[in-house]
Amino acid sequence: MTTVTPTGNNELLGEAVAMRKIGRLERFLGPDNYRILQGLFKTPAAIMGTVLIVFFILVALAAPVLAPPLGKDPYTIPRDGFKAEPKPMGTEWRSKAPPLPFWWKAVTGKEEWVHIFGTAQGQYDIYYGVIWGTRTAFKAGLTVVFSTVLIGVIIGAISAYYGGIVDNILMRIVDVLYVLPGLMATLILAAVLTPLIGRSTLPVMISLIAFGWLGYARIIRADILSVKQRDFILAARVIGVPDSRILFRHIIPNAIFPTLVLASLGIGDVVLSFAALSFLGIGVDVGYADWGQVLAFARNWITSLNTYWYIIAWPGVTLVLFVLGWNLLGDALRDVLDPRLRGKV
Amino acid sequence: MTNYIIRRLLLVPVLLFGVTVLIFGMLQFLEPDERVSLYIRGDPKSDAQVNAFIKKYCLDCPIYIQYKNWLIGTVDPVTGEREGGILFGNFGWSKTSSQPVAQLIARRFPNTLDLTLWAVGPVILVGIWLGVQAAVHHNGLIDQLARIFSIVGTSFPTFVFGLLMLMIFYANLQWFPPGRLSDEFNRIVNSDQFTRYTTLLTIDALLNGRIDIFLDALRHMFLPILTLSYISWATFLRVTRGSMLETLRQEYVVTARAKGLPERDVIHKHAKPNAMLPVVTLAGFTVVGLMGGVIITETVFNYPGIGSAAAEASAQLDVVTVLGFALFNGLILIVANLVVDILYAVVDPRVRLS
Repeated sequence: MTTVTPTGNNELLGEAVAMRKIGRLERFLGPDNYRILQGLFKTPAAIMGTVLIVFFILVALAAPVLAPPLGKDPYTIPRDGFKAEPKPMGTEWRSKAPPLPFWWKAVTGKEEWVHIFGTAQGQYDIYYGVIWGTRTAFKAGLTVVFSTVLIGVIIGAISAYYGGIVDNILMRIVDVLYVLPGLMATLILAAVLTPLIGRSTLPVMISLIAFGWLGYARIIRADILSVKQRDFILAARVIGVPDSRILFRHIIPNAIFPTLVLASLGIGDVVLSFAALSFLGIGVDVGYADWGQVLAFARNWITSLNTYWYIIAWPGVTLVLFVLGWNLLGDALRDVLDPRLRGKV
Repeated sequence: MTNYIIRRLLLVPVLLFGVTVLIFGMLQFLEPDERVSLYIRGDPKSDAQVNAFIKKYCLDCPIYIQYKNWLIGTVDPVTGEREGGILFGNFGWSKTSSQPVAQLIARRFPNTLDLTLWAVGPVILVGIWLGVQAAVHHNGLIDQLARIFSIVGTSFPTFVFGLLMLMIFYANLQWFPPGRLSDEFNRIVNSDQFTRYTTLLTIDALLNGRIDIFLDALRHMFLPILTLSYISWATFLRVTRGSMLETLRQEYVVTARAKGLPERDVIHKHAKPNAMLPVVTLAGFTVVGLMGGVIITETVFNYPGIGSAAAEASAQLDVVTVLGFALFNGLILIVANLVVDILYAVVDPRVRLS
């Protein structure tokens, strides 16, 4: 991305640029990056995406208020008995009800805590699964995206900067890891890791990280290869700046911002894969607050889904809206980052 | 061109070696006594027997010897029979389904192939049709609807969509049941009256002249095909639309219009063939992707293919079986990707020159 700077022989343009008010944020981020941020609030679709994501962040933050946890571990969905048959929405809690949230009486005027979204098989409360599942989604999404970007940037940077045999070996490793389709690869690694480290969110997260950095490594590598050609890198080399300093202080900061922004939007995809694996029964234990887990409860009731529609409706809608939010935002950003695509996609 | 193909072919042994090392590496996470399943059928009876097997198949030897044994197996000195060895098709014993992994794959794979072959047509044709319509009516109603569909489509997880379809078309309407075949037909298919010519059920049904079985199989495959299709439609729509819009702005399209060709010919004879370049590649990768993307779809619809088998095995932590599937999948994909890459170079000169 090149920026046109006004020169002395174009005084009019220079004046126009100088007269435009530059905010503190723009000065801090630089014009290119500022434009990317602006893209988040330009089109109705992007605004809708932002609103959705902010909504989910609020739900995740307010989880203890919206659904007060019963025991020590809030991520275990509270159960109301052990019967197989799901109960419809609005049924009252019979046994071991979690504490009543303070707003409940004010809003509904009722004294008893009810199953707002009904219960799934085994009397797991769907509402708790959805609310606390939001936290699980953010936790898994943020951890996986952060780690994959970090690994991807390091591998991509080393590969691009040193080139030659190092580049060749690293990129062949990427090729090999790319052979298996993402979900299959994650599935098998999670199946291998689960007996070793036990059932939790960890095996799936580690597997998503292990196969998730490949794309970022390729993108960063290409970006760095183009930055590497610029004059200021040559200048740094001429005055004898060490390799590592050139790489980490000069090249990466100039190549990374677009990748970072796009990567952060990868949270939607990560959460989707995480939920998919949970749905298949891999990773977390039965009853862990996770959207895929709650959806999996519907698998044994397929013949009577017309009666028990709420088992798939609530976690399903939540998951779709969550991913939709990130996709809307990602689309808007891709338009900003690649002007050739503007208005086409 | 030759140069490109040679370079691409040279990558194949690297990939083959890499994938086998990757899977072998994952096997090393298992204890030696669990890895016995790679060589023997069934469960060993006692600890002494397990230890004997570990000795016999060298399961605590240095890694490179184990890797060699895993690849080509060991020859029993007494009987002279080869035991194990993935290169000879011995993928080990599947504890969860009590049969050799290779046999499980051989049983399940034709079903997956049947499903994907039926899905390819609708995926590609409908996807391209949608994209062309959206581009031709640029910014019109169809275009807006198509854009909404493409964003919502990519945000809709397959398992949520699948469950939704089951709720509407099975639980409510009873039109399309999950599974592979109705019970009555299943009995016929497994009896002597039904000859398995190709192992692909729909084709066999036609060859046996059983239209009713053919239709019943299609009825069971309808929802899985729809579920496999809609996400690909979203992608096809985007790519076709973008490429088509670009082409419609070219000068030769203006020329074609200026010389008075009917709009239908301008679009279908002049613009569309040139806009199809990126779509051809996408089609290749989609077909390959379908094979890998069946895990969830098959599980949701209880369809007995390799995807659902892999998912069941990993949910029960039967690692030897899972890795057998991964290996099989990897080998197929290496070949399939090779074919797609070469076809792509044949179609698009820019690739082979870069």
